[in-house]
Amino acid sequence: MSAQFEPRIIAFLCRWCSYTGADLAGTSRLKYPPNVLPIRVMCSGRVDPTFVVSAFRKGADGVLICGCHPGDCHYNEGNYNMMRRFPLIRKLLAQFGIEPKRVRLEWVSASDGDRYAKVVTEFTEQIRQMGPLAWDQVLSAPPTREPVESGVTAS
Amino acid sequence: MPTLTVDGRSVEVPEGATILDAARELDIEVPTLCHHPMLKPYGACRVCIVEMEWQGRTRMVASCNYPARDGAAVSTRSPRVMTDRRMIVEFLLGRSSKVKVLRDLADDLGIDVSRFGDKEDECILCGLCVRTCEEIVGVEAISFAERGTERLVTTPYDEASETCIGCGACVSVCPTGVLKLEDIAGRKVIHRELSLGPNKPIRVPFLQAVPNVPFIDETTCIHFQTGNCKHCEVVCPKDAIDHQMEDEYEEIEAGAVLLATGHQVIDCSEMLRYGYGRYNNVITGLEFEKLSHATSPTGGRILCANGQPPESVAILHCIGSRDENYCDYCSRVCCMYSLKFAHLIREKTGATVYELYIDMRAAGKGYEEFYKRTLHEDVVFIRGKASEVTDWPESLEEEGKLVVKCEDTLLGVVRRLPVDMVILSPALQARADAAKVAQVFGIGLSRDGFFLEQHPKLGPVQTASDGIFLAGTCQGPKDIPDSVAQGAAAAAHMLSLVDRGSVTIEPITSVVEETTCGGCRLCISVCPFDAVTFDEDKKASVVDEAVCKGCGTCVAVCPSGAARQRFFEDREIVAEIDGLLAVRI
Repeated sequence: MSAQFEPRIIAFLCRWCSYTGADLAGTSRLKYPPNVLPIRVMCSGRVDPTFVVSAFRKGADGVLICGCHPGDCHYNEGNYNMMRRFPLIRKLLAQFGIEPKRVRLEWVSASDGDRYAKVVTEFTEQIRQMGPLAWDQVLSAPPTREPVESGVTAS
Repeated sequence: MPTLTVDGRSVEVPEGATILDAARELDIEVPTLCHHPMLKPYGACRVCIVEMEWQGRTRMVASCNYPARDGAAVSTRSPRVMTDRRMIVEFLLGRSSKVKVLRDLADDLGIDVSRFGDKEDECILCGLCVRTCEEIVGVEAISFAERGTERLVTTPYDEASETCIGCGACVSVCPTGVLKLEDIAGRKVIHRELSLGPNKPIRVPFLQAVPNVPFIDETTCIHFQTGNCKHCEVVCPKDAIDHQMEDEYEEIEAGAVLLATGHQVIDCSEMLRYGYGRYNNVITGLEFEKLSHATSPTGGRILCANGQPPESVAILHCIGSRDENYCDYCSRVCCMYSLKFAHLIREKTGATVYELYIDMRAAGKGYEEFYKRTLHEDVVFIRGKASEVTDWPESLEEEGKLVVKCEDTLLGVVRRLPVDMVILSPALQARADAAKVAQVFGIGLSRDGFFLEQHPKLGPVQTASDGIFLAGTCQGPKDIPDSVAQGAAAAAHMLSLVDRGSVTIEPITSVVEETTCGGCRLCISVCPFDAVTFDEDKKASVVDEAVCKGCGTCVAVCPSGAARQRFFEDREIVAEIDGLLAVRI
């Protein structure tokens, strides 16, 4: 077997929608890569930017944040807070020299088992293409000045 | 207190009373045309003429404005009175030979035709409208113009009056019906016999209202526009009406709140192709319901705007429902009430009924059976949504009818149905202010704008906010049995809360460390439940753990790390990250 790069992705899943959606993907016996390491939070709004940074610092190659679809948040607006915070997280990472695309925000509802599997497969593939996060280079490279995509989708 | 005799009977009346008052006190009938108890006597028509003998003199006087004098002897039906009254009515009849009140009076007096002409003026110049406008409304928007035979009631210069407030008082007082609200207000009366909108400014809100007492609509009440009138106050025998009363706000402390704010129906006039608001005989389901109700203006008879029963009726389903341009969802109730309408029309008028449906949705106990029954009542079911209602005929049989255009998808042809009446089944929508109400109670809205329940299957009456419950169509379109069931379930939930006297809350809540809190109040701004407040004494934010739902958003935004989430502490999550990343894949 060739030594293919296996990225490690930390996923923050909201307890109400996305974690249940991930559960559904499992109980529906959908196949998706094992590279995603899920952490359950009460709400996507709980995801502190420091969690993202510390995940990268501790060796993660990507961070996935999943919350309820806009308007469906169990706490009414937690996901909107995440939505507003997300472009800032991307900008912050860009300043550190980490490719902003290594962090991704997705809306996965409790019934979106197949969507969760699809998102995970896609994201794992994308991070695999990007290769491992090389901290040595990141720390020595000059900060990027390029504009950063917000990465937030409406639905 | 003058005492007088009327037709030989003695009566005592208060000072300032008229002869007419005295006669009415004795239940003696004196015909009147221009008299109204709310208005000052006018003496225009003279039909109330009586013979009065006082201090040895006999004279003919108009009883409505002649004061009752002490010792007078009045005769209301003497030969001289009858002769004079016949002559007066004959004069009036010569001008307005077709007016019903005048014709009835003439019949009573034995007058067949007037010798003074047979003009057909609808106005009898009683002046009630003019005096009502002046004395009660207090705006003088209409008045008499011209003189003699040319005299007529009109607005200044015969143009739309600027002072008219459109109250309609002149219309309601007119004894001949010559004045119509359309004339003065330029308003469109959808169905001549039918008004579901506000009608009288003082009214009982709806038939089964609890408490069953009237209220005054300030937007249409004459008093609130001109400061005059107040006649309801005068006639109320219980002195229950007080125009000075104002709305009051009451604060009620409650442990549980049930939202049952209902729905609104889509405005059909938005959808121009169905002609609602343009054609009088295009009505909504609710208007038909009102029309066919036993207490309706037509007494429950199903009539078109011209007063004739319809020969054919089209019932259009899904007006705005299941329509990507308006509401995506099915409104659930329309199929069944449309079937009921078809049944009622068949039973009451025998008219041909067309049901234009997309899919017949008769899900519910006994509903399918009712659908089958209607199928056997010669109702024409056409599977296809109507595309247009028009009054442009293309053939002789469409002349004077409304034409409903539709595609019959079962036959695969486009059909044109000439009908007399069209009933629209408008979509049920969330109320326009649902978002505002949701914000007040800290609950969410689903995509279609209705209130969001806690769980679509397992928590259909609860909401994300504890203690707030939902019932009825504010949560989504549903019929009466479903609304009743949901209401009862919500009431049971609330009772169990009240009965227990305490609530169990999740242990997962946020806490703010008083000593490290910087007082930036970011946590307060992001909390969706208003669980965080600022303690001015301690200069720190405080979390109300009974209200906190434990989303942790405040913890994520806290710049000083003072806010913590129990069971989801920062170090716990970081430890989880550590643990997960310690493993090589």
